[in-house]
This record gives sequence, C-alpha cells and structure tokens, in this order.
Amino acid sequence: MTELSAHLPQFQHGQLTENFPDNHLSNTNDNSERRRHDNSERRRNDNPESETNGQPQNNMQQVVEQDEEEDEELTLKYGAKHVIMLFVPVTLCMVVVVATIKSVSFYTRKDGQLIYTPFTEETETVGQRALNSILNAAIMISVIIVMTILLVVLYKYRCYKVIHGWLIISSLLLLFFFSFIYLGEVFKTYNVAMDYITVALMIWNFGVVGMICIHWKGPLRLQQAYLIMISALMALVFIKYLPEWTAWLILAVISVYDLVAVLCPKGPLRMLVETAQERNETLFPALIYSSTMIWLVNMAEEDPEAQRKASKNSTYDKQAPANQTQNEDAEADDGGFSREWQQQRDNRIGPIESTPESRAAVQALPSNSQTSEDPEERGVKLGLGDFIFYSVLVGKASATASGDWNTTLACFVAILIGLCLTLLLLAIFKKALPALPISITFGLVFYFATDNLVQPFMDQLAFHQFYI
Amino acid sequence: AFFWLVSLLLSSLIWFIAVKASDPRDEPLQKGLLIFGVMFSVLLQEAFRFLYYKLLRKAIEGLVALSEDGCSPISIQQMAYVAGVGFGLMSGAFSMINLLADALGPGTVGIHGDSQLYFLTSAFMTMVLIFLHTFWGILFFHGCEHRRWWEIVAVVVMHLAVSGSTFCNPLYVGSLVPSYLLMAAAAAWAYLLSGGSAQNLRHFLLCKS
Repeated sequence: MTELSAHLPQFQHGQLTENFPDNHLSNTNDNSERRRHDNSERRRNDNPESETNGQPQNNMQQVVEQDEEEDEELTLKYGAKHVIMLFVPVTLCMVVVVATIKSVSFYTRKDGQLIYTPFTEETETVGQRALNSILNAAIMISVIIVMTILLVVLYKYRCYKVIHGWLIISSLLLLFFFSFIYLGEVFKTYNVAMDYITVALMIWNFGVVGMICIHWKGPLRLQQAYLIMISALMALVFIKYLPEWTAWLILAVISVYDLVAVLCPKGPLRMLVETAQERNETLFPALIYSSTMIWLVNMAEEDPEAQRKASKNSTYDKQAPANQTQNEDAEADDGGFSREWQQQRDNRIGPIESTPESRAAVQALPSNSQTSEDPEERGVKLGLGDFIFYSVLVGKASATASGDWNTTLACFVAILIGLCLTLLLLAIFKKALPALPISITFGLVFYFATDNLVQPFMDQLAFHQFYI
Repeated sequence: AFFWLVSLLLSSLIWFIAVKASDPRDEPLQKGLLIFGVMFSVLLQEAFRFLYYKLLRKAIEGLVALSEDGCSPISIQQMAYVAGVGFGLMSGAFSMINLLADALGPGTVGIHGDSQLYFLTSAFMTMVLIFLHTFWGILFFHGCEHRRWWEIVAVVVMHLAVSGSTFCNPLYVGSLVPSYLLMAAAAAWAYLLSGGSAQNLRHFLLCKS
C-alpha cells in the first residue's frame, strides 16, 4: 500500500509527540507488515509443502506472470479511482480545519506552547528567533525519533499490552478531552448556551462510539468519519500550540524524516515493519485510514487465510462473514490489505493460499479472477499522520498568511497534486512509500511563494480590476 | 489547476522582481509594470496550457497502450474540456475569493469615489473568464491535435485581448462587452469543433430524440 506513512494518530499515544513516531511506524509497519505477512505466509507454507507443491508451482508461475500484467493494467486503470478515494477524506479534513480556524478564534490565539517546544519565538532579534525555532524543531524531532525507537523496541520484545494500552489511552484522550475543548470553543464562538449535562451526554456518546468504531468494528463510513475528525482535532492542536517558524521547520524536517525512515534499510520504521512481517502480524489498528471495507477473503476454501485476514483487520471489519462469494469479495476485499500489498503478494508468490490444505484447491482455481477482481476494489490506505500534517500545513496557511484565501487555496491544490504524484509513484514502485515528502514540499513551496510573490501581484490586480 | 497556479507563480515572480527593482513611488511606472506583468502572465498561462497539453498527450498514449481495446478511456476532447475548466476555476477562484471574503465583512462599496458596481462587475468578469478558459482549452487542444497553429494563435490573441480590455476598467463597458462578445464567439467555435451543429442544437432545444 502506498504506505502513505501510516501515522499513528496522535491521540493514540495520548501525548502529542508520541503520535509522531506512531505515525511513521504505523505507516511503515503497516506496509511492511502486510508484505512481510505475505512472504512469511508463503515461506511458512512452502517449507512443509515442498514436495506436494512441485506440480502446482508451475501453474503458479504462469498464473503469476499473467497476473502481473493484469495487475499492472488494472493498477493504472483504477489508480485514478483510488486517488479520488483519497482526495475526498484529505479534502474533508482540510476543510474542517480551515473552517474551524477561520471561525473559532481560540485556535489562532497564542496561549502558550507545548513543553516539547520550550523556546519562545517572541525574541528581540531575528537571529535569536531563528535559533529558537531550530532548537524547538530539533527537540520535537528527537522526541519523535525516541518514541519511534521506543515503539520498535516494545514491538520487538513483544510488549503488545503496553502498545495497545498506549493506543487506547491516546484515542481516549483525543476522543473525549480534545473534542470537549473543541465543542466548548465552538459554542463560545457562536454564543450558544449549553448546559453541562447535555454536553456530557454528547461527548460521552461521541467518544464511546468513536472508540468502538476505531478500535473494534463499525460501519466503514463512520470509522472514516471518526478518523477524519480526530486527525482534524490533532491538527488544530498543533496549529494552536506550535509557534510560526517552529511549525514550518517541523513540517520540513518531518517530511525528510519520513523519507528517511521509510526508505532507508536501517530506519526505525523499516525495522519495525520487518519485525512485524517476520512475525506475520498485523499492525496496530486505528492508525490508518482505509478507503474500502475489509471483507473477509472470498471463498470458503480460503478460510484459514480469511481468519488470518479477519484477525488482522478486525478493526475495520464490520461484516465478518467468512464465506462471501467471489462476487462479494470483489466489493471490498481490501480493507486491511493495500492494493500494493496484494499485488506484491500476487506478483511474488502468486495467488496462493497459505494453508496447505487449500493450496492445491486454490491453485486449481482460476486465480486470475481473484486477482483481477482484487485490484479493482482494493482500497488505498493513508496514515493518519499524513492527514494531520497536511491539515496543519493548510491550517497554518489560512491562519497566518497575508494572502489569506489565495494562499490556502494554493497550498490545498499543491498538497493534492503531491498526493497524486505519490500515488503514481506507488503504482510504479509498488512498495511502501512515504506520503509526506512530496506533498509537504509542494505545500511549503507554494505557501511561501504565494504569500510573498503572488499576493502583492493579485492585490494590485484586484485594486485596478485587471484580469489575467 | 495546478499548472495554472504554477504559471501564476512564475509570472508574479517576474512582476515582483520588476517591482522591487523599480521605484515604488512612481505611479505610472508601477501601473506600467503591472500591465507588463499582466501581459507576461497571459503568455505564461498559454505556455503552461501547452505544456499541460503535452503532458496529457503522453498520458493518453500510456492509457491507450495499457487499455484492452486500443482506445483510451478518456478522449482528448474530454481532457481539453477538463483542462479548460481547471484553468478557469483556478483563475476564477484566485480572482474572486478574497473579494468574496471581504464582501462578508462590513463596508460600503465605492465610498471613496470608486465605482459602486465593483463587486458586480468583478463577478461578471470572473464568470466570463472562467467560461473563456474552458472554451480556450477546447480550442487550444484542438489546434494542437490537428496542428492548426492559427487556432492556437487565435486563442492567445483572444486572451491578450480580454486581459487588455480589462485595462479600461472602471470603464466597464470597455471590458465587459467585448469580453462577452468574444466569449460568445469562442463558445460557438468550440461547440462546432466538438462536433455540434445547428441541427444538434435545434434537436436539443426542441427535445427531439
């Protein structure tokens, strides 16, 4: 999957900074996990079955080649569809953030800074300010790196309970506390009178449904909506508490870090992914935005795999019947598996089933149909951290730009085009990719360019009513 | 939309450099620089439209190569239309959105002696520009497809003319009327190029099948 860096939602960790590592981790973890899962499945299945699979191997090879071509074609064909599937949530998140920034003044008021950015930016000289912001960004990034490594270590030593507890506390904090604050500020802005009992009821319902949807099962649309909402909440917190130059610096450094962590062989995210794949496990739930529902794998013959998939994707799965027909499977096979992952699996090992019993049966199947249906309906996954940072960029642009709406619009278009390009690269490279660098780079370039260059130009044009 | 944005960026860069290099107090010079900026921007926009055409051409070739039946799922005319709409929407958005945001706030239009029809005329001008960009997209791509350079030149000249006519503002009759006439002409031309005809139009209007 385009490992558009599966960022752990910040809320997962309860702490703002903790989220970052999670984000990165989830991205890479998710991706590598999926891929590894395939490979490890295959490996596991292969070894004991070497003799019996001698014959089926040949069929597999031919099937693999055919599948590869079909996959490629279908990839590009449905690439556009997947791009659109991601455009909508990203746009929604940004719209929510911009709307809030424009209307609720709380998020643009300076009420102090996070402890992760201890240096103030209200200094006398420009040099001092620059130094402070660099230090702030450095502290933030090192916190992220430390958290990431901590997560890798925890994962390596199988402290799953700790990680799950961490995630649950984060989501609790985000769903209850931050949304309570948000609701309070919105009421203040619109001067709506509200009593505590009603608010308690609303927040309670919102939070509990959110926890269930995100960590367990729920309707896909509802889960997507919740993920968008918590990304927006997180982004708003960042916009409020990060001072100007620090925010831009952090954005820039995080996209570099994302690039390094996902692509370098020794990056923590990559290591995490590798570990996860070795163990054939899924990544943490509720850190990734998925555009399609996870259905359990199609056929009854694939039950063991279906169960594996089910356990992996339990968070997204609402309809758990394991006996969907192939037609229904075409609907939303992907949930937990990105298209990229599926393709990789299919390309490398053919559409084999992991259980020894189903192997022969599976290989006798017209595997083409399975793979050809899958790419159509496979969704794309994007990490929540990506949502958050995109929204932070656009939100900051709308909050602090002199060009106001022009700058916001320009950043928005730049980010979407960056996302397109990333998805294109994903279709070409078919491996986990960081989603931040290209979009954030475009966004930053366009922000500074529009704010400083285009704004005066458009201003003058509007003043004289010239049109270009 | 992205391509239009990039062209806008580059043209404002040029204008900005020119402004910074010149004397800010000289009014006519500033206005002259602005006019120069506008013309340059128009040319850049058309250049970027051409670049976008080249990119889409490559994309279509790729799609055709990959498709099962040898023709791409989206035709070049559809792409031309979409490109035009993208350009138009972006240009319209950039022209209008700050105006609209300010219109929400308090104020009186034209209190310092400027025209009171500022918002209205801006709205109409933006609308005509959006339509024109759409039609120009179709004409431009058609010209590139069939190697009819005069069509491309006509589009560029029309764009320059429309932008130039806005220099008459606030004498709105000098800018709005020619722009609308040009838009009608471009609309008819694009319609004919896309395969429409007077007969089609009649059938459509009279709801014949």
